[in-house]
Amino acid sequence: MTAALEIKNLHVSIGDLPILKGIDLLVKQGEIHALMGPNGSGKSTLAYTLAGHPNYVPTAGEVVFDGKDLLDLEADERSRAGLFLAFQYPVAVPGITLAKFLRQAINARYQAEDPDSKGISIPAFRRLLTEKMAALDMDPKFAGRYLNEGFSGGEKKRAEILQMAALEPKIAIMDETDSGLDIDALRVVAEGAANLNRASNMGVLVITHYQRILNYIKPDFIHIMLDGRIVESGGPELALKLEDSGYDWVREKYGSTEEA
Amino acid sequence: MSTGFTKEAVEKLSAMLQEPAWMLEFRLKAWELYANTPMPTTQDDAWRRTNLRRLKLDEIGPSLNGEGDASSVPAYMAQQLTEDKAGGLLVQVDGKTTNYEISDELKAQGVIFCDMSTAVREHGDLVKAHFMNEAVPVTDGKFAALHGAFWRGGVFLYVPKNVQASAPLHSALWSTAGKTFTHTLVVIERGAEAIFIDEYGSAGGDGQALHNGVIELLVRDAGNLTYAALQDFGSNMWQISHERGRVGRDAKLDWVTSVMGTRTTKAFQTVELDDRGGWARMSGIFFGSQRQHFDLDTQQNHNAADTTSDLLYKGALRDKSRSVWQGMIKALPDSQRIDGFQANRNLMLDKDARADSIPGLEIQADDVRCTHASTIGKLDDEEIFYLMSRGIPKHTAVQMVVQGFFDPIMQRIPFEGVRDRIFGRILEKVG
Repeated sequence: MTAALEIKNLHVSIGDLPILKGIDLLVKQGEIHALMGPNGSGKSTLAYTLAGHPNYVPTAGEVVFDGKDLLDLEADERSRAGLFLAFQYPVAVPGITLAKFLRQAINARYQAEDPDSKGISIPAFRRLLTEKMAALDMDPKFAGRYLNEGFSGGEKKRAEILQMAALEPKIAIMDETDSGLDIDALRVVAEGAANLNRASNMGVLVITHYQRILNYIKPDFIHIMLDGRIVESGGPELALKLEDSGYDWVREKYGSTEEA
Repeated sequence: MSTGFTKEAVEKLSAMLQEPAWMLEFRLKAWELYANTPMPTTQDDAWRRTNLRRLKLDEIGPSLNGEGDASSVPAYMAQQLTEDKAGGLLVQVDGKTTNYEISDELKAQGVIFCDMSTAVREHGDLVKAHFMNEAVPVTDGKFAALHGAFWRGGVFLYVPKNVQASAPLHSALWSTAGKTFTHTLVVIERGAEAIFIDEYGSAGGDGQALHNGVIELLVRDAGNLTYAALQDFGSNMWQISHERGRVGRDAKLDWVTSVMGTRTTKAFQTVELDDRGGWARMSGIFFGSQRQHFDLDTQQNHNAADTTSDLLYKGALRDKSRSVWQGMIKALPDSQRIDGFQANRNLMLDKDARADSIPGLEIQADDVRCTHASTIGKLDDEEIFYLMSRGIPKHTAVQMVVQGFFDPIMQRIPFEGVRDRIFGRILEKVG
């Protein structure tokens, strides 16, 4: 059975400030969706909310993921259920190597099934890591560095996709993965996600301002977000329209009070 | 019940230990000094942050009996912690030796490794020359004097000139009675080398307990000592200790301290870099929980030019625990071209925990490199969320962040077994 992420009339506040004002979206496994919109429209709020960040409080609506009430789950449970967020700003965790972290993340999956599990064997983990890192053009030495500490922008994003590849989610959200990347890094990262979509039928929600990343990970659906709502949905042609004419027509059409 | 600390008790202790006259004399002098020294109060600079008001010293009293038996020592103590099996192993309970082994090889090398009382009787001249003489004199303070009068048990390690001890030495000093006055005296002669792991623990229980210890580490020219003191006393223990290393010309002292147990710890830890080329590294790890109070007072004294000291103390604090680290680097006017570093980093796991971090420099030379750093940080919610977002349960995520915090200091500890021991204890304390 294919899993789906179904968002219904989702309202979310940060503190007392409403940010999302009724989001409806359905992403099925195997599909690629792009969520586009100007700064401040609520795209990243949606990403963090879905990942379970405690500062983002759902006030109405529901999210069903693979048959489960997603909003009822802790962040770690959501991940183990098969949802992945590639962060726009991955957090540095000093003192924990990328390899150790990734092994712990994989073992958490074994141990959720069987508390006595010893997790993945070291040789099996090494093989997995070597293979996935090679696919992303990553220097194997990287695995021994502290997680995201002192990583360049491109290195951080590659490390995010490496985690995605190793954890094999059913559906992945990529939050502005393209920001701050040069064209080579962008290609490696976007193609990495596109390969997972093809190879393991991963569903993808690509959050971005720009059309550029969509050259490498081609969306089936495009959604435009403005002021906490999805105001327009369509096919790939919508991205090209945004590329040509920007977001002004969206604002005019849907009456945003925000600055252009 | 207890006799308290009296002159008669000094005499009784010395007689019970069948000590030579010189040691009784030494004790009585120390007793005089103790009796004539006022109890430190928070008005005294060194004691500003540790209040002894609640310590009922005389209700605890001296260690005059050997109550402990070998079976009371927990299994984890005296387990092998170094890659090479210890060549000398000494286990004591309440100052009495319950297990003692030393390899023929070490004996053939002329290495002396035995309990302090045996050393006083059998190696009197050696002990007399060094005991509370060069490193921690009884004049160091009220509790150094108390120790001089009432010390009992502990370890003597002597490595003769140009001898590299063929295997590590390991001692485990356990207390059931809650009165422990152990004395560690290490003499590394010119060009000699040794590794020494020194464990401290106690049974805990109701009522107050006291550890009034002294550690003296003498590393002569071109000598090399790696010393790790792992303290994990019971939660009723008040620990007041004076610890000092002296480092000679081109000599090295690598000193690791782990502070996990006690109700209250006040430790004075000093290195004296006495001659050119001297090098000392001090690595301290502490983890406070409940209402534990750790007050670590460190000094790096550069008494000669071209000397190097590198101190890193890292601690985590949870519940209502509190730590104080007060560090000082001193350089005399002629101590040119020295390199002194001190850093203290604290990780606060609860809002009621507290850390004071007070670095200090007193530099009288002008061509020096002295730096210090001190940080007090909270557990970062964003780090925890990031780890959780990859499926790692919160509890494990917290453990990982704490582990990450300690990782840089763990890498300074040259023994995997010691690292594992300390880290295992940290994880237990994280809960």
